[in-house]
Amino acid sequence: MSVLSAPRASIAGLVLTTLLFAACSGDKNTPVSEGTKNQILHIGNGTEPADLDPHVVTGVPEHKLIMAFFEGLVMPHPKTLAPEPGMAESWSVSRDQKTYTFKIRKNGKWSNGDSYNANDVLYSWKRCLSPALGSEYAYMLFSVKNAEQYNKGELKDFAEVGVKALDDYTLQVTLANPTPYFLSLLSHYSTWPVHKATIEKFGKVDERGTPWTRAGNLVGNGPFILKKWEMNKIIVAERNPNYWDAEKVRLKEIHFYPVDNLATEERMFRSGQIHITSTVPPDKIEVYAKENPELIRINPYLGTYYYRINVTKKPFDDARVRRAFAMSVDRKTLVEKVSKGGELPSFSFVPADTAGYTPQHSIPYDIEGAKKLLADAGFPEGKGLPKAELLYNTSEGHQKIAQALQQMWKVNLGVEVALVNQDWKVYLASQKAMDYFMARAGWIGDYADPTTFMDMFVTGGGNNQTGWSNKEYDRLIRQAAETGSQEARYAIFQKAEKILLEEAPIIPLYTYTNKALISPDVKGWEKNILDNHPYKYVHLSSEGEAGTLSKK
Amino acid sequence: MLKFIIKRFAAAIPVLLVVTTLTFFLVRIAPGGPFDTEKAVSAEVMQALKRRYNLDQPVYVQYFDYMKNAIQGDLGPSFKYPGRTVTEMVKTGLPVTFELGVYAMIWALLIGVTAGVVASLRPNTAQDYVPMTMSMIGICLPSVLLGPLLVLVFGLWFEWLPVSGWDSWQHKILPSLTLGSGYAAYIARLSRGGMLEILSQDFIRTARAKGLSNTAVVFKHAMRGGLGPVISFIGPAIAGLLSGSFVTETVFQIQGIGRFYVQAAFNRDYTMILGTTVLFSVMIVFFNLLSDIMAVWANPRLKFETSKGAR
Repeated sequence: MSVLSAPRASIAGLVLTTLLFAACSGDKNTPVSEGTKNQILHIGNGTEPADLDPHVVTGVPEHKLIMAFFEGLVMPHPKTLAPEPGMAESWSVSRDQKTYTFKIRKNGKWSNGDSYNANDVLYSWKRCLSPALGSEYAYMLFSVKNAEQYNKGELKDFAEVGVKALDDYTLQVTLANPTPYFLSLLSHYSTWPVHKATIEKFGKVDERGTPWTRAGNLVGNGPFILKKWEMNKIIVAERNPNYWDAEKVRLKEIHFYPVDNLATEERMFRSGQIHITSTVPPDKIEVYAKENPELIRINPYLGTYYYRINVTKKPFDDARVRRAFAMSVDRKTLVEKVSKGGELPSFSFVPADTAGYTPQHSIPYDIEGAKKLLADAGFPEGKGLPKAELLYNTSEGHQKIAQALQQMWKVNLGVEVALVNQDWKVYLASQKAMDYFMARAGWIGDYADPTTFMDMFVTGGGNNQTGWSNKEYDRLIRQAAETGSQEARYAIFQKAEKILLEEAPIIPLYTYTNKALISPDVKGWEKNILDNHPYKYVHLSSEGEAGTLSKK
Repeated sequence: MLKFIIKRFAAAIPVLLVVTTLTFFLVRIAPGGPFDTEKAVSAEVMQALKRRYNLDQPVYVQYFDYMKNAIQGDLGPSFKYPGRTVTEMVKTGLPVTFELGVYAMIWALLIGVTAGVVASLRPNTAQDYVPMTMSMIGICLPSVLLGPLLVLVFGLWFEWLPVSGWDSWQHKILPSLTLGSGYAAYIARLSRGGMLEILSQDFIRTARAKGLSNTAVVFKHAMRGGLGPVISFIGPAIAGLLSGSFVTETVFQIQGIGRFYVQAAFNRDYTMILGTTVLFSVMIVFFNLLSDIMAVWANPRLKFETSKGAR
């Protein structure tokens, strides 16, 4: 029938066109293979960055970008995280550990060619601490004398804050207390300098959201400069010839792709569009581990996955009940059969080997003990226990874990727990309002020291959110902050953590891991608990062993 | 006709006003604010943030300020992206989404009309069942599944097409096919129904009796009337394609407005939610009007009526 020929022809046409693509896109050169040849690194970078202003942003994708464009006084070494010279070529610490003197390098330049000096740091810290800017990470500088008071508006004169330029190239910082981890605080981007002339060209010093961070405007002091920024598409960083250590930088460009869909990112990796992913879809971890173990990296991360308990609600106002819940969780099964991302079961709060600190006390997995505690509290075999709810933010992963725990508590203790999930912002609001019984939570350390974990649970602490308060705990945390000796501090933390675990306002579950797919071409991408990868150590080569630092 | 268009636009104004007002207050009622984060923020910082975005004012003041600016085309600063304005983000994202929507529509018409017409020519035979079953599958298969499936076959197995991005024409094939497929399925069913109705009418029998070839009957006479339902569907379909592109944009990593729209809701980015909602309302009104005009153009029996008779 002739009439059919037309539609049939169009179908045939479709097929033909499809075949045509085959002919013209048969080229096997991928962005990754081309990138490796030309030292262009392609990175999957999670979500679109909110901004690139180091004093404004808070997220991980932003951190990975800012690492390319800015540099602090000192920078962490990728393997050891020990402070290395950055803007400062050297530094010294007074005997009481309260005064730090930094020598700013004299050949240091901004990416536009201007020289930088100690006043730039002064200007930037003032900006970060200014109350009007509303920097969410201003507290990273609170160990500096009077910095907190200035940030809260209690002190108006910045001259009283413990930072001074003795001369153009000497910066003196006075701390409120001896803070042995002060240099690791400086590896956080909120303490990094910004270029005064650029900031003030586009707005006021304490104004957020001015266009100074756009491509073409942004001036930084890091190993790369911002070449292109297309929202939700790509950010291109290009080597900065004015960087003091430019000789060491081997990458020519870094292309960051904001890919928020995990499956899409994995497909981009598989088809050779990116060298490194920001994470790995949970259902792909096992597949890669089995079939391509050389492409997947799973490393411990400085973070704890735990449940908060609202101690102001019955039955959780009784520490024995809380402890019983904490003791009847089989964490080993949880990480091996449920979360399945190489996580480490955690029986205490601070991750093991956090800057040399490993918790000595732990919550035992002891069902009989838990049952006894529950009976002592007046709920033998879980009878009479009011039904509690477990809150988590909507996500498949959190749901699986919550279901596993719900089952464990039912089998081990005979108690019923209802599961409640809420959208992220609602879940945050519920916790702030203490409108929950138990809630899923996670804490990623801001810097490598137990303080970032332990000071969360002081009375009334903003991140406490459990209603728990213990005078002895508060006293110990205060004491630790005033102690200079590392050994003595850690001993105090051990005591404090013992209280925290016995009182159990939280149920630690596991230590996070960092997961990424990585091309064997990427060298110098070291493992460390902060997932911190300074780009000046990274280069691309299709030869040699994956991921090791070059001998250079 | 001009009078008809003006009246329809006038009628759209109260609709848009209600949509904007409702959205404005609804987003503020939803628990959790734009600056709530996992880490505690001091009261001073929160205060500074609220002041920066005018949120320390009483709600009615915020409302009138917003409306005043919005009428002048200023949709305010994004709360999530400090350096960006909503207007700017719409300007970068909308053209991409629009392009995607147009290509998806072309795929939908190409596949849908072909399948529908083929099916209508021999109803209740294999020639009917095969395309119609496929269109049923097309309706049922969501783009969140179809997209990855197409990528798997054409991107990863055959390596013919890129798996993500929106640059060259090769990049644009799979996303627009993914987005268009559901609509293709609807169009197939609409055109089959329309064609069947027309083909059974007297004038078609007359045409055949006069000895016209089947091709002439179908293409010259039947299709003009038979595709009427499809034409009325195009307007709402384009509006749907534009506002429903979120999944496709996410799966294929496309920098369109659909991703902003959905992310804004999760982020409680008030101004962005409002801006995109108003934008999509305007588009829906506009494309519905457009399809009404096209329907009259295709079917002379209809007239531009401003009363409820207009279809």
